[in-house]
Parts: sequence; C-alpha cells; structure tokens
Amino acid sequence: MLSIDLEFQRGTFRLQAQADFGTGVTGICGPSGSGKSTLLALLAGLLKPRAGAIRFDGETLCDAGRFVPPWQRHFGLVFQDGQLFPHMNVRDNLLYGYRRLEPAQRRFELQPVLDLLEIGPLEARRPSQLSGGERQRVALGRALLYSPRLLLLDEPLSSLDERLKQQILPFLRRMKEETRLPMLYVTHATAEVEYLADQVMRMEGGKLSA
Amino acid sequence: MFSPDELTALWLSAKIASWATLLCLPLGIATGWWLARRDSRGKLAVEVLVQLPMVLPPVVPGYVLLLLLGNQGLIGRWLNESFGITVAFTWKGAVLASAVMAFPLMVQPVRLAFAMIDRRLEQAATTLGARPWRVFLSVTLPLALPGIIAGLVLCFSRSLGEFGATMAFVGSIPGETRTVPLAIYGYTHVPGGEAAAERLAILSVALATAALVAAHLINRRAERLLGYRPHAEH
Repeated sequence: MLSIDLEFQRGTFRLQAQADFGTGVTGICGPSGSGKSTLLALLAGLLKPRAGAIRFDGETLCDAGRFVPPWQRHFGLVFQDGQLFPHMNVRDNLLYGYRRLEPAQRRFELQPVLDLLEIGPLEARRPSQLSGGERQRVALGRALLYSPRLLLLDEPLSSLDERLKQQILPFLRRMKEETRLPMLYVTHATAEVEYLADQVMRMEGGKLSA
Repeated sequence: MFSPDELTALWLSAKIASWATLLCLPLGIATGWWLARRDSRGKLAVEVLVQLPMVLPPVVPGYVLLLLLGNQGLIGRWLNESFGITVAFTWKGAVLASAVMAFPLMVQPVRLAFAMIDRRLEQAATTLGARPWRVFLSVTLPLALPGIIAGLVLCFSRSLGEFGATMAFVGSIPGETRTVPLAIYGYTHVPGGEAAAERLAILSVALATAALVAAHLINRRAERLLGYRPHAEH
C-alpha cells in the first residue's frame, strides 16, 4: 500500500525512514521531538524530503524527479488541536474537503458522519463555541468527509484530558471498523496505540523502526 | 450651510481619498502578505521603501513624485508623449500623492493580520484538496479581514488629511486638486476666510470621528464572524 524511503534534514535534526505500511491502523510511537510529526508532514506533502521516495498503491507521490503537491495527494491529516477554520461553522468545516470532490469520489456522506461522531447537534456552531473534545471530533469528521485514501493522525488526542481521551478513543475505533480506512496514528501514548493499531512502529531520534 | 467652493473641496476630498484607498487595497494586501510570509533578501529594502513616506517630511515624497512624474520628469514625459497622460497638477496626481503617503498605514495592519494567522490552518486546507489560491481566498484572506478593514480605514483617513505631498506635487487648484485640507489652509490666508476655515475644520473632525466609529463597529462584527469574540458579548 504505502511504501516510503525518506531522508530529511532541518538544522541538526535528521530524519530517516524506510518502511512498508499495510492496510488497517499503523501506530507510530515515540517521544516528542523524535520526528513523528515531521514524518506525517512529509507524507502529506507539506514538507519536501531531501532524498527518497513515497509510493502509494503503485503511484509515485515523490521521488527525485516528481513531487505531487499536498492538494493532489488525497491524504487526510488530523492535527493535534483540530485546526478547525474559525470563520466557518461546524457544517462548513465538515464540508470543506467534501465540496472539492467529484460526486463519484465521495465515499462518505454528511449524515452518517454526523451520526458516527455524534456531532449532529453542533452543526450550526462556530469552533470557538465547541469543547476540546467536540472540536477534535469535528476535525476527524472533516478529514473523513474528504474521503481520503489514507488518514494521517498527528497526536489527535494529546491536547485532551484523560476523561475526554477515553470518550474519543471509541469513536476512532468505530471509524476504523466502519470505514476500513488505512490510518497512520502518531502518538507518544502507547496505550492509544495498543487499543487501536494493527501494527506498531517506533520512532526515535529521527529513525523509524518496526 | 456650505458655499459651492467648499462643497467642491469636500467632493474632491472624498473622490481622491476613495481612489487612493482603492489603489492601496490590492497593493497593500499583496505587499502585506509578502512581508509577512516571505523571507527574501529584498525584504528589508521593500520594508524601508514602504515606510519611508511616513517618516519623511511629506513635501519630500511630493517633490520626488514631481521629479519623476512631472511633465518634464523621467516617467512623466514618457507618459505624456506616448499616451497623452498628464499626472502632475491634476486630481489623478493628487490620488497618487495620497496613495503613496497612506500606503504604509494600509500595509502595517494587513501584514500583522497575515503574520498572526496560524499556518497550520492553511496546511489543513491544503490537505483537504484546496489549491494555494483557493486556500488564500477561503482561509487566509477571510481571517485577515479585521486587519484589512483597519488598514482601509487608516488609509482612507490618512488620504483625507493629505496635505504636504499633494501641495508639492499637484498644487492647490480649485476644482482639481484643492481638497479640504488645502482649502482650509487657503481660507486661513485670505481676509474674511475664517468662517469657511472653521466650518471645514469642524467638518473634518466630524468625518474623521465617524470613520473611526464605523471602523470600530465593522471590526467588532468581523471579529465576531471570525469567532474571535463569543456571541454572548453583544
């Protein structure tokens, strides 16, 4: 499915990653500063690697002569703190990526996603009127509605307290089971990965290992 | 209440300030964005050039404009000979003088607004399939709106008050370049002009106050729409 062989350098930090990711959920664990978020940014196309290649389902997204920009990769990315658009209500946030798809590309519709994440009653609200947990659920929904080929999750629960984490984890599990979407789940909390992931990799000092 | 001459000055002021603001808007957005987002060698030079009119005596930019765009000036002669366009001593020149003087006031808040936007919001939009232009129009620009409005108001108010550069570049020609500040100055120099000068001075204060209040109200509304302010506050 996804296979990478990447090298990236910024200042003294150096990242090296070579891996093949299967379907299902792959957890990537590691301490903060180990390069987990950088790896996701490279996969999403927000950063350019110094050398190497990214291939997905037989398509080359990045190598020496080719760089597919992020808006054409069709990967979803969920940030630590949601990054909902503050000037749009929940509904417009959810539909931001969805509206950019051809009808034939749409694998998820609004209503089922609202039900799945239990965010229906929030539709008309603004992000500033949501709690941290609600915001993160909307961010998940927004990424889902873009029908990504791969979902990248960058510590999606780390800004939430323990109680909220326990509330959202079941939603993620449900997402995994009902959508069968391949996911890369980056976190420093091994408990989350044990609960969700089918395979686990470790990241340390910029190096990715199985 | 106002004499025809005073009304003409008022109308000219409004026309010139509006055109100057309109001219500064796209350029100010482009320059503000560039200064906030790009790191390049030329940045310091552009920054200094943009801010220069604010710290120079206003006559100097006016005089420079005259040297460049006057009918015998470097660019002015070419414009005149090739296109028959005259800028010096016309209302178009007054627009240009106002725009040059007001431009720094447009750029500053716009630049600040762009600099304050979390880049990850734009990245989020990018990973949702939006191309760079689409990201700019749907995320960056709306989020910078309060700064752009602030810039517009400052720019317009500054243009209304423009005096020194206008005087040097286009003079004080009634019906063509004689705006309210120039008219006030003129009236204070003729016997019996005090009453007219006073009326126009009071009018200037009223207009400036109205502009600031309007800007404040528009800005509050924009901030609420952007979610910077909770709805409960109003």
